This record gives sequence, C-alpha cells and structure tokens, in this order.
Amino acid sequence: MENVTMLEMRGIDKTFPGVRALQNVDFTLRSGEIHALMGENGAGKSTLIKVLTGVYTKDAGVINLDGQYNVKIHSPQDAQKLGISTVYQEITLCPNLTVAENMYIGRGKGAVTHWRKMNADADKILKKLDIPARATQQLGTCSIAVQQMVAIARAVDMDCKVLILDEPTSSLDEQEVEKLFGLMRDLKALGVGIIFVTHFLDQVYEVCDRITVLRDGQLVGEYEIKDLPRVQLVAKMLGKEMDDLSDIKGEHALYSGEDAETKVLEAEKLSSNAGIKPFDFYIKKGEVNGFTGLLGSGRSECVRAIFGADRVITGKVRRNGKPVRIRGPKDAMKLGIAYLPEDRKNDGIVGDLSVKENIILALQVMKGFFKPFTKAQASAFADEYIKKLNIKTASADTPIKSLSGGNQQKVILARWLLMHPEYLILDEPTRGIDVGTKVDIQKLVLELASDGMSITFISSETDEMLRTCSRLVVMRDRKVVGELSGEDLTQSKIMSTIAGGE
Amino acid sequence: MNKTKLKGGFFNRVSDTNLLMTITIVIFLMMYIGAIVFQGSGFKKPQMFFNILNANAALIITAVGMSIVMITGGIDISVGGVVALVSMCCAVYLDKANGNIFVSILIAIGIGLAFGIVQGFLVAYVDIQPFIVSLAGMFFARGMTTIVNTAPFNVQNKSFVKLKSTRITVPKMGSYNKKGLYIPAYVEIGVLVALAIVVILFLVLRYTKLGRAFYAVGGNKQSALMLGVNVKRTKFLSHVICGLMAGIGGYVYFLHVGSGAASHASGMEMNAIASSIIGGTMLSGGVGNIAGTLFGVLSLSTIQNIVSSAGLDQAWWTGITIAAMLCIFLLIQSIVIRQRKRALKR
Repeated sequence: MENVTMLEMRGIDKTFPGVRALQNVDFTLRSGEIHALMGENGAGKSTLIKVLTGVYTKDAGVINLDGQYNVKIHSPQDAQKLGISTVYQEITLCPNLTVAENMYIGRGKGAVTHWRKMNADADKILKKLDIPARATQQLGTCSIAVQQMVAIARAVDMDCKVLILDEPTSSLDEQEVEKLFGLMRDLKALGVGIIFVTHFLDQVYEVCDRITVLRDGQLVGEYEIKDLPRVQLVAKMLGKEMDDLSDIKGEHALYSGEDAETKVLEAEKLSSNAGIKPFDFYIKKGEVNGFTGLLGSGRSECVRAIFGADRVITGKVRRNGKPVRIRGPKDAMKLGIAYLPEDRKNDGIVGDLSVKENIILALQVMKGFFKPFTKAQASAFADEYIKKLNIKTASADTPIKSLSGGNQQKVILARWLLMHPEYLILDEPTRGIDVGTKVDIQKLVLELASDGMSITFISSETDEMLRTCSRLVVMRDRKVVGELSGEDLTQSKIMSTIAGGE
Repeated sequence: MNKTKLKGGFFNRVSDTNLLMTITIVIFLMMYIGAIVFQGSGFKKPQMFFNILNANAALIITAVGMSIVMITGGIDISVGGVVALVSMCCAVYLDKANGNIFVSILIAIGIGLAFGIVQGFLVAYVDIQPFIVSLAGMFFARGMTTIVNTAPFNVQNKSFVKLKSTRITVPKMGSYNKKGLYIPAYVEIGVLVALAIVVILFLVLRYTKLGRAFYAVGGNKQSALMLGVNVKRTKFLSHVICGLMAGIGGYVYFLHVGSGAASHASGMEMNAIASSIIGGTMLSGGVGNIAGTLFGVLSLSTIQNIVSSAGLDQAWWTGITIAAMLCIFLLIQSIVIRQRKRALKR
C-alpha cells in the first residue's frame, strides 16, 4: 500500500533565551506508519513535539497537515481540532476527575455533560482496549500504567490523524508495552500516522517503520528502519561511534584496599511503612550491588527504608559494624549515606534555583543554613563538577529547569558526590536519559567504586545492572526472593529468579 | 492475562469530593441533633433552623462563589468588601436618591460583576496571584464604601422596607409560644435566593463543561491545558461568578440588615473561606462541592448558636470555636485522604 504524506514540517526554528532549540528542522510523517523520533536528551525532540502540539509557537517554518498548507497551531486545542493527539511521558490528566471525564473533557460541542452517555462510551472503549479501569472511577485511584493507558484511550477515541507518543513506555511493564504495541499496530492499519519517541532501542526496532534522528537541535537525517542498523543509529544520535557497551566492567579494577571486606552497611529485618516485607541487606566497601525485580516489586522502597526516606517500622541497621538509628534522611546523610531518588522532578531538583545552587544544596544543609559558602567556594565546587561530569549548561548560574533531563540528573549526582559519601544509593539514575549519558553514568559508578565508594544501583534495564553490579538482590511482590553474584549474574538467571520457577 | 486488580468498596469508589462532603453532612447532622438533645428548647423549634438560614443567606451565596474560585485553585478575599460596597451604594441610592428597587438590584449585580471581571482578568490573563489581586480588591472596595458615605444609616425607602419585611411562611413548621399562640415559621426572601443559587450552581458544576473545567483546572492546570481546556477563560469565569455572587450576596445582606455601613460584612470573606473548607473544598483546588459549602455555612453558624446559647456569647468564644472547628475538619480531611492513598498503594 502506497502511503501518502500526512504531516510535513519544513524549516522549523525555535529559539529560547540562550539556546537555539531547533534549527531548520524538517520532519515528514506518512499516514499508516510508525515513525520514531530519536535523539539524545536536549536534541530537540520534545521541542519539536511541543511546536507541533501548540504548546510552543515556532519562530519560523511551515507545517502542512493532510493537504492543508501552513496550518496555524497556537494552542493544544488547535492541535486537537486538527486531529493531532499527544500522550506524554508524564501523565497529563487530572487526578481529581473520573476516568471517563479525563477521556472526554475539553472535547466536543455543547455546554452540558451527559454523564450516562459519557460513562457508557468510556466503558466501551476501556473494554475494547482491555484497560482495567471503570469509567466512574476517580483517575487518581488508578495505577500510573493505567492512567497512561487512559490517556492513550482518549487519543484513540479522538479519531486522530496524527498520534504522538512521547515516551509512553517508560512507566509500563512488559505486558503493558506489548498491549500498547498491539494498539499502535491496529491504529497504523487504520491509517493513523504515529510519532513514537522513546529511549528504548529495542522498541524502535520492534514497531517502527522509519526513523528521524535529531542532534543538537538539527536534523541528522531520515531513514528506513531496515537501512539503519542499531549501532549506526546510536552513532548518528551521538555524532560519534559509540563505546563498546558490552564490557565496561573489565576496564575498572575492583576496590582492593585492606578494608574491602568491611560491611559498610548492614541491615537486619528492615521494613518500612511503604509496605515491604522485612529484608536483610549488606554492602561491602567498594562494592556495587543492586536491587532488581519488576516495576513495583519494592526495589525503591527497600533503599528508601535504608535511607530513612520512608518511616522505618522494624529492623536494625549497623554502619561499619556499629549499631545506628536512622530516623530520617538527615540522619542518613550524617552517616555518610547519599540517595539519588527515582523521581527527580518531585524529590530531586529545585527547578528555579541555578545549577550551582542545586549542586551545593545538600552540602549546605549539612553545614547549616547560617554558615553560607562564599561565592568563590560555591563557584569552585560547581565548576569542578560541571567539568567532571560533563554537564551541558550555559553557565553555573542557569536555572536547572532549562537543562535537559540527563543533565539535570548529572547535577543531582554532582550534589551527592560533593558530599563525598561512603555509601551512595542511585535509584533509576538512567531512566529517561540518552544512551551516551547512560554510559557516562555507568562508567562513573564503576570508577567511584574502584576508589572505595560503596554503591547500590537500581535500574529497570537488566543489562545495565549486569554491566555495573557485582551482586544483585532480586525482589518479587515486595519481598527479597534471592541474591545473585558471580557466574549467576546472567539475564536468564535473573528472569527465572523473578519468575520464581526453581 | 495479568490484570491490575480493581479496588472495590465504597471508601475507594467514591470520589474525594463526595467523600469530604459526606463527612461534612454527617458531622452537621450529628451536631444539630446533639444540640437538640443537650440544649433543648431553642433548637427544638424549627424556627431556630430558619433563623440560621435567614441570618446566613448572604454568607451562603458568597461562600458558594468562593468555593468555585477555590475549586479552580484560586482565592478571592475581596468578597466581604464587595458586600459592604454593594450595601452602601444601594442604601445611598434608595435612601438619598429615593431610587427604584429594581435598579438597586441591577446596581448590586453590576458592582459584583465589575469586581469579578477586573480581578478575573488580572488573575487569568495578566497572571497575577489571585491572593494579591483580591487583596487589592478588598482594600479598594472598603475604601470606596467609605467614600460613598462615611456614616452608617438605615434605609427608610418605603418599597424597600416592605420588601425587607416580607416573610415567607413555611407551612406546618410553626410552633406554639407560652400562651399557646401559634407562631408560623418563616424565611426571608434572601433564603429563597440563596437556595436557588445553590441549586443552580450545583447543577452547573456537575453537568456543564464549564463546571467540569473548574475541577480540571484546579486538579492540574498543566494537564487541563494539555487536555484542551481553555485554562485562562476558566479561571477568568470562576472569578466572574465569584464576583457576581458577592454582588447578589451583598444585596441579600443589605436586604437582611437594611442599612449601609463601612464596617458591614467585616471578615465575611474569611467566613466564606472557612465555610468552603468545612464543606469539603480543598484549598489546593480540584476538590469541593456546592452542596457541601451549604452545609459548611450551616455547620459554622450552628456551632456559633450552640456556643452563644450555652452562655458564652462573647465574640472571642465564637472565634475560638470556629478555629477549633476548622482544625478538626482539616484534620479529618487530611487523615481520610491519607488513609485512602495508603489503602490504594497496598
């Protein structure tokens, strides 16, 4: 079947104060195709999408849609009316409304809400897409994955011509991803043009037809999927040939000091109010270990209990063999433990403060607010780590919210490294960031460990865990179900432990 | 197929809004029945209840407007000032210019709408904090009231006095006094206006797109925008409705007291906010119900009546009981919402 051009973006420019986010970018989408939009964080994918959905207004360029020349898109409503629907990575629904309302609000004519019809329609779609939610349920009571699917259901029901999926899979588990892909293929058969933004290369090669690659706000090129092998795609995104990902462990010597057998932290029968079963845990000096398991199996809850971020209910903790009590994050920080949280938007960054201020924040807390650092000290710290971690920012005084996700993550990492912790906990440090930065962070972890820092690393991507950790704690249903090290550290062994089939 | 389990049960099935409203209604009923049982005489007569309505019709109207702004995620502290300004302007017009009732009502609505439109414009389209905008509005309204007329005075206009003393008899609710004389129960016109407004706005919030947009914007402004809701217009209209309610509430207040004074309705905005919160509206937006607000006002004034009939009728006791009540309601709200979140996490 010969597909016609559905959407054409030509010469799109967009400049923010200090940054040229998009420069002369072209993008073409045919009907009935799934088109991957790829690029590192900060390459301009989000900006391009926001221009297309009317969140940002373009500075220059033309958008042609379905035969209409130069359509005007000034607001999300305009985009909706033109048949462009978007599902964002972060849930953009209202948690206080019902599922059905979230699917129908802001659409249609007339001033009155027909609840019965709306609920019936919504239930029909939910059933068709096999989404486990009721139309009358308050959205906030659904899991994140279900909320995501409701957002997709909304888009599907809008008879959209162009469906934009901006990292829709990052909060879904494998089955849910499969279901989503099924849905995408159905829509594709109906002639919908789908723009798919993701960091998971596997997923791109599983469902997409073509790829457009952006780098530094410029178009690198547009390719048929079969003409672009994986390695080349990564090379195009990075603008250089990529390091061999398979073995970075070997490059870094294991820590070999005399105290290598010291248990830096040891926990016994620890449990918290977040609902995890009591677990035992230890980490040695210079070791990298990790918690693995399915999404929601309690990985984060374990480390939050160790750090005192959730209220600890039972258990004993020993630090270098001495019993200690950790009642809250501040106690943990005093003991030389640092924690990089999973949800960087809510727990990590202070958006309006500068990069510099965000870096020195934790150290300042420890020092006390009435003894501020001198300007020179703060700048020295900030510059040191901006260089060390290769943080891409206009200056140390740029507000952190204007940085890309990966760079924000690096800033938070810098904040904790500045404290020189003995024990560092990294919870999903690589979620939603690009391949290049991922490798940077993985290397950094191994480097720090070989200098004697103990690190607990959590990631949803098992191969990443295998590359960095020397010991893995496996979790299922909020319970520790196994521990793997040495030769057992293989993908299949992890899977079978999670599945529980002995 | 690994399906996420649906959580059942009333507690999880009902929305936050309805849950908080139910709590308010239950507490109000318990309080009122408690008053009948333990304090006897006064509360046994239905007229006691109607008097509460008569005295608080204006507060109900302004509180309902306030709830809409709060559901949308804003606040309007100018309503007390607007009520005072409306009373004074209407009083001067009716008394000194010997004006016409109908025109005076238009004046009241006009003043309310003007405040709503200007403040709504500044909040929604110029993007200034609603607290600051309405703080300015409050000072302006109070200042204007004094400029219109400094001294307080009673309105003598004949047709107004007639309207003011109109009593609507409530059938079968009367009671006998000590001499065995039947005294019919009554409400004032303002009560009918208030109840009509409660019904209309309840329906607007429940069944119109605009009403649902208020909730969406209050729940998550950014999401509402992405869902195609016109956030600016929604915010603007919430303030316009609140201003309109302050205007109508001002006239009902004026009809109840029959005078103009610069000190009228002082602190009324705070009572309106307190009533909304007690009625289950959350200050953070997105949650609230007009019917709940009605019961919020009733709860607030019932507790005041209980306090004064217990012989503690100094003003500070009223203040202290309102404070205590607000604390208790907020505590219950936060406990309930937290329990529920925790129950869902499991």
